[in-house]
Amino acid sequence: MATAAGAHGAHDHHDHKPGFVARWLFSTNHKDIGTLYIIFSLFAAIIGIGLSFLMRLELQQPGMQIFADGQMWNAYVSAHGLIMVFFVIMPALIGGFGNWFVPIMVGAPDMAFPRLNNISFWLLVPAFLLLGGSLFVGGGAGAGWTIYPPLSDAEYQSGPAMDMALFALHLAGASSILGAANFITTIFNMRAPGMTLHKMPLFVWAMLVTAFLLLLAVPVLGGAITMLITDRNFGTAFFDPAGGGDPVLFQHLFWFFGHPEVYIMILPAFGIVSHVISTFSKKPVFGYLGMAYAMVAIGVVGFVVWAHHMYTSGMDVDTRAYFMAATMVIAVPTGVKIFSWIATMWGGSMRFDTPMLFAIGFIFLFTVGGVTGVVLANAGITQILHNTYYVVAHFHYVLSLGAVFGIYCGIYYWIGKMSGRQYPEKLGKIHFWMTFVGVNLTFFPMHFLGNQGMPRRYPDYPDAMWGWNLIASLGSYIAIASFLFFFYVMWVTLRRGEQAAANPWGEGATTLEWQVSSPPPFHTFDELPRIR
Amino acid sequence: MLPRPDPELLRKRNRRVAIASFGFVGFMVGVSFAAVPLYDLFCRVTGFNGQPMIGQAAPATPGTHQVTVRFQAVTHPNLPWQFQAQQPQMQLRVGEEAVAFYTARNTSDRPVLGVSTYNVTPDIVGRYFHKTACFCFEEQTLEPGQSVDMPLAFWVDPRIAEDPQTRGIRAITVSYTFFRSLNDAERSGALANAGPHVGRAVR
Repeated sequence: MATAAGAHGAHDHHDHKPGFVARWLFSTNHKDIGTLYIIFSLFAAIIGIGLSFLMRLELQQPGMQIFADGQMWNAYVSAHGLIMVFFVIMPALIGGFGNWFVPIMVGAPDMAFPRLNNISFWLLVPAFLLLGGSLFVGGGAGAGWTIYPPLSDAEYQSGPAMDMALFALHLAGASSILGAANFITTIFNMRAPGMTLHKMPLFVWAMLVTAFLLLLAVPVLGGAITMLITDRNFGTAFFDPAGGGDPVLFQHLFWFFGHPEVYIMILPAFGIVSHVISTFSKKPVFGYLGMAYAMVAIGVVGFVVWAHHMYTSGMDVDTRAYFMAATMVIAVPTGVKIFSWIATMWGGSMRFDTPMLFAIGFIFLFTVGGVTGVVLANAGITQILHNTYYVVAHFHYVLSLGAVFGIYCGIYYWIGKMSGRQYPEKLGKIHFWMTFVGVNLTFFPMHFLGNQGMPRRYPDYPDAMWGWNLIASLGSYIAIASFLFFFYVMWVTLRRGEQAAANPWGEGATTLEWQVSSPPPFHTFDELPRIR
Repeated sequence: MLPRPDPELLRKRNRRVAIASFGFVGFMVGVSFAAVPLYDLFCRVTGFNGQPMIGQAAPATPGTHQVTVRFQAVTHPNLPWQFQAQQPQMQLRVGEEAVAFYTARNTSDRPVLGVSTYNVTPDIVGRYFHKTACFCFEEQTLEPGQSVDMPLAFWVDPRIAEDPQTRGIRAITVSYTFFRSLNDAERSGALANAGPHVGRAVR
């Protein structure tokens, strides 16, 4: 079914697309795989947000409403966290936008290893099925997304649900590692002539740093959960002191992965936001090199701060002092980025289209999350705030509001490029404001709940905490409604959206993807562009 | 319009970068497993996190500085033993070798193997606390109803009085936690069971 798109007559010979099965199941085309990733991520988001809806219904009032018991609650909370991290944010930002735009932005015809790319995607699907399925097997895998033993041991999570979740993480990890190797090879070897590392767009820089973080962090998670699997099933005792193991070892290994993981989730969003701010301010990004190397610095320092998640695990005071200082150092490159974005907007000729609203929303919310992060970096304060809703508020501000705003930002920015149809501006703005109000109502009160001492991972709470929980629940319903509204916006865009020009944003949009048609031909850059 | 790079050359370069990438991955997996023995070694050498030093002989002449050593005993619920220190604490001079005893009694009707973990508190005195002999170095077997005295020989390094970080420490707590050895627990069918408070409320 070769369809020659009339609008790109000159590219006719590029557009001999393969049939449906060959195109979508055996896809080796980076744009198609990117599309698959984004669709997968949106589907996983329906499940992940559905779980959070149930959680907020439960927490709307004190007492047990819809959950049978604590184990069921824990299983749902764990599934929500793992799905959002591994199957929503990472696939959308890395697999989705990364695959779509890294090759185009560096002027490459495709990724370095197209078939590896296909495997990366299709490993995610069974991983997601395993994780989703674990909810319905026995009591589910209720050890939190951090899966600490002994709670995740055979003793406390007997039955195959936990093993299914662990195997799901293995598959998702393998998928990320293959994808990361692919990105690194593409970025190092496939750049168009003249595209030096210091001329690469910031999104590509973000993906390069992210890929390195994945390559170094995910294998450690793989090691840790392999140990957990053998502890559970084959009688080893890596984490069991009765057999000579170390009960805190898992936390160290997990967070050696887990902390870089949070930067893996946010760096691509940094990249997208940089492009959007620059485009809609009609100015190049302020301090380009500083922006690029700030991401490198965040990546490097991100590997030596992991134990700030473990301040209450019994570390001595010197160790805590080190991790506290190292953690606060990260505020410096992050500050460089925030101020550079503001400086980019300063004096620019700004347009507040939907992507720009999401980008500014991102900066605001990420800064709020960053400030609470600096608070939590203090070992002393964390003795009180550890495992309270303050922490929940903090990481949802940087991830749920930061990374997710980055995803929305990218979708609105690039939907015209990806689909060939521009979204309706008015609906996009309505979506932004609904989301902004909803998520802030949901998560801001959690700071107060945390300060009042409400612990994470409980389905019930004392009556005194009812007020803010009710507001958080109401806010979450607005946020969930805005998510459904987003699907409506996408439906309208794809059905009735205006034809997008090659560059609908005007002179501010300077990267290579705006020089190919919308949507780009099936094969881009058969003739390599020259970058000056 | 530029010529495409030689595809053969590009393939070779791509393969090289990919192999390097997977090399990183293999290395990180290796390091995460190596962390187990390496961390153990690190603690043994540096006394990090209250790991006492083992196997060095006490100096010939003790110092004058006095420390109190307290003895703590913890038993995992899965181990049917009564385990306690015979003396709550003792006073000794630094550099002086002393012997303390714990008592353990098997309260069950079958032989039980126990193994203990051990450390000293405050964490930073690990490198100054030496054990020359200890029941905790190997597994202990107790016949049904059997009661044994378990000796522990130790000395405190006189340098504890010179180190500004440990100079002010007057009391050191020696702690043991006895577990049922995993093999024994498996043999006797007493592998730890979480009990009815864990898992689904309604089964």
